[in-house]
Amino acid sequence: MPKKLPSFWEAIEEKGYSRRDFLRYCSIAAAMAGIEAAGLPKVVRAFEKKSRPPVIWLHFQECTCCSESFIRSSHPIVADVILDYLSLDYTETLQAAAGHQAEKCLQDTIKNSRGEYILLVEGSIPAGNDGIFCMIGGRSAEQIFKEAAQDAGTIIAWGSCASNGCVQSAKPNPTNATPIHKLTSKPVIKVPGCPPIADVMTGVITHLLVYGNVQQLDSQGRPKEFYSRRVHDTCYRRPYYDAGLFVESFDDENARKGYCLYKMGCKGPVTYNACAVTKWNEGTSFPIQSGHGCIGCSEDNFWDNGPFYRHLPNFPGFGIESTADTIGTTLGVATAAGIAAHAVATNIRKKKLIDGQKERALKDKDLNGDEGGKE
Amino acid sequence: MARIVVDPITRIEGHLRIEAVVENGVIVDAFSSGMMVRGLEIILKGRDPRDAWAFTQRACGVCTTVHALASVRTVEDAIGISVPRNAELIRNIMEAALYVQDHVVHFYHLHALDWVDVVSALSANPQSTSAIAQSISSWPKSSTGYFRDVQKRIKTFVESGQLGIFANGYWGHSAFKLPAEVNLLAVAHYLEALEWQKELVKIHAIFGGKNPHPNYLVGGVPCSINLHEVNAINSERLNHVAKLIKDANTFVNQVYIPDLMAIAGYYKDWGAIGGGLSNYLSYGDFPVNGYNNSDSFKIPRGIILDRDLSTVHPVDTKNAEEVREYIKHSWYKYAGGDDVGLHPFEGETEFNYTGPKPPFDNLQTGEGDKYSWVKTPRWKDKAMEVGPLARVLVAYASGSKEVQEIVNSTLKTLDVPVGALFSTLGRTAARGLETKLIVGWLQGFFDDLVANIKSGDTTTFTREKWEPSSWPSTCEGVGMTEAPRGALAHFIKIKDGIIDNYQLVVPTTWNASPKDPQNQRSSFEAALIGTPVANLDQPLEILRTIHSFDPCLACAVHLYDPDGKLIHEIKVA
Repeated sequence: MPKKLPSFWEAIEEKGYSRRDFLRYCSIAAAMAGIEAAGLPKVVRAFEKKSRPPVIWLHFQECTCCSESFIRSSHPIVADVILDYLSLDYTETLQAAAGHQAEKCLQDTIKNSRGEYILLVEGSIPAGNDGIFCMIGGRSAEQIFKEAAQDAGTIIAWGSCASNGCVQSAKPNPTNATPIHKLTSKPVIKVPGCPPIADVMTGVITHLLVYGNVQQLDSQGRPKEFYSRRVHDTCYRRPYYDAGLFVESFDDENARKGYCLYKMGCKGPVTYNACAVTKWNEGTSFPIQSGHGCIGCSEDNFWDNGPFYRHLPNFPGFGIESTADTIGTTLGVATAAGIAAHAVATNIRKKKLIDGQKERALKDKDLNGDEGGKE
Repeated sequence: MARIVVDPITRIEGHLRIEAVVENGVIVDAFSSGMMVRGLEIILKGRDPRDAWAFTQRACGVCTTVHALASVRTVEDAIGISVPRNAELIRNIMEAALYVQDHVVHFYHLHALDWVDVVSALSANPQSTSAIAQSISSWPKSSTGYFRDVQKRIKTFVESGQLGIFANGYWGHSAFKLPAEVNLLAVAHYLEALEWQKELVKIHAIFGGKNPHPNYLVGGVPCSINLHEVNAINSERLNHVAKLIKDANTFVNQVYIPDLMAIAGYYKDWGAIGGGLSNYLSYGDFPVNGYNNSDSFKIPRGIILDRDLSTVHPVDTKNAEEVREYIKHSWYKYAGGDDVGLHPFEGETEFNYTGPKPPFDNLQTGEGDKYSWVKTPRWKDKAMEVGPLARVLVAYASGSKEVQEIVNSTLKTLDVPVGALFSTLGRTAARGLETKLIVGWLQGFFDDLVANIKSGDTTTFTREKWEPSSWPSTCEGVGMTEAPRGALAHFIKIKDGIIDNYQLVVPTTWNASPKDPQNQRSSFEAALIGTPVANLDQPLEILRTIHSFDPCLACAVHLYDPDGKLIHEIKVA
């Protein structure tokens, strides 16, 4: 039966890649994982030793956009992920087996790789109500998740559904759609977004393979590697915000110049994600670059923080921007005076946000211990 | 007589369960059950109609964009606006790109493993595979060395003992008919298609910022065009789109279509299996002269009854006598009783789960039993098949020359009768044929966009009715599209600028639904009747026919409640 499993290095050597290719791959993987040059040997060692870890990918209340995003990964490409990196033992979207043969794949991995397998969950779970709102193979989503979570080595919540409930948990949440961390006492790595960026998904997996289960997470359980910066702070249109240059209507002259979309409802100022840096689809673009504001799809309750096209100050609890908005409205935002006043106010706000972020960073540090990446 | 349960049906979107009764090796009865519900429509009530595209888009992330498109059309229909020419073209380009990517992924990654034996590929002679590849296509990756490398990679993978996604497949099943060499060809292209599919949808990122789930906009598209600006759709962005389209044309014509034809040649017997219903519905799509001018759609609108291709019947989704949904066998209840049908504008919903409490082995599927979260839509009380086959048949019967030509030449090449269209094979072939046409249209839409920009028109958005204050106090609209999986319609009622009622009647609801009160089966169940099952423990044949529809269950199951009842408070039976 199964012989000793080949390591990642053995596997790709077998495929005809040179040692040089392998080291180059390791350095890219390390750079993606935010590991400095000094850490590279550790990465190389990790890939040399490990066989493909078993993975269970569960689907519950979702739209499969996370799976679709996953297969858009460009570095690494997904064919390499499923053939060389992981042993994707159960995934309803791609697996050949169906029915009880598929369920056997799930049971076999739970039984044979107890405490070792990576559990990836796509979708929220309709908790309670006897489980009737989502049933697979005659069992409820809640039963299936709890059983798989119990013996998992690592649990990752793919996307906003599993991380925060996403669209089906928007008011009035008819089926009691529940994010997975509420149904297990084990730690959950959250990779929110609707969907998450493809290369962020494979980046999180790569990080796990190299260092094991010690990602630096923020206070909400998101990898800091991808979720520590606001879209607003990394946005290439940020200078226009600071200068008070805004799109006032879709496809107006300012839209055609690519000014800031804040007044069109952009949620970049309250959204932590990698979109403006990593971008989407192999770095092709991201929502703001293509003319639409960020809808905040990686944040808790983002569906209920709308409407999407109303700009942020109109919401309770957003702070000093409401002052900026009032100034803008009084003076007329299209006038030079209005723009200047807005710019002054936004700069005050910027300082406040930076201060706030400092506090937040300190708080995260306390929660996660001083150093991440411990072995 | 034996009862087979296949749950989960894998390689689809969503949670589908099939129970089938087999007698003397043939299916004599079948029950299709949608096993998950989310309640999108009740969530939409009271929200800004301009946001609805984003909510409904999350009905499905596989055919991402189609619900967004249907939604913006629905709101535009209700408030009475049409979109600029550039927006129409960009929407067509995005939708056509989705079709091509989605159909390729369906063929290779969701459907192929029903016809292709991966394990058999290990015993292929790579030299023969190379000869076959070069005889059917000019695709350059066709050398003996290339196929030998692919084979070696799969061999190493299998020998590792960790079979991953290929574990427990029905390998070696007697219904697999391809020679080892063709299996190897298909496995090589499975991997190539997996790498290729991420490319074409970059078009969605260019115009909509991301894929899956690119951004849409009521009144047009969110991106602006400016040839004198780096911060907008400019010549570099358009060049990128042009390259992606060119590569897609090459992939479809040199890989997908030759593979489809080669594989189909070994499965001609499936041209007589899985036909099912004899009525077909298409809402039509790809407007070239405004969404309200359906006569100019590239895919025509209409209905075929009783497989009679001499007549195309008109369809009016706003007519309360035409489209109605039933719940006789679905886990809901209507105030007027379980036998009435309601037009989506008058729809009502209350959960009424009567099935067994999980865990369970079987659902009750007797005459009065409910067994699915999917409702049952009907057109004038007739069951309809929707999807690629329906579109191709409606276009053929409507007199589309290009459709007639491609269908006739394919029947001739495969040497099968016209009747073979109405089958599992016909459905799978129709999907490929329309892909070939649509990837050609994609180039045409792009050329038209460039020509329009060149003529000086760069407008992408209609501004005048953006503010809800400019809308009538009450209005209602319907937005239709042809999703890759079939006819899709959204229905909206707007009151004082917010959503009063919103409903979706989606392709897989037509196809996957349970029986109606007259005991008429819907597409899945009808298509399974008469399907042979050689090995009860490995019902490969069920997967073939069900996958030929490309099921998408997350969008098939939905509910709405015009009275705004908090349905999660309703006690479950």
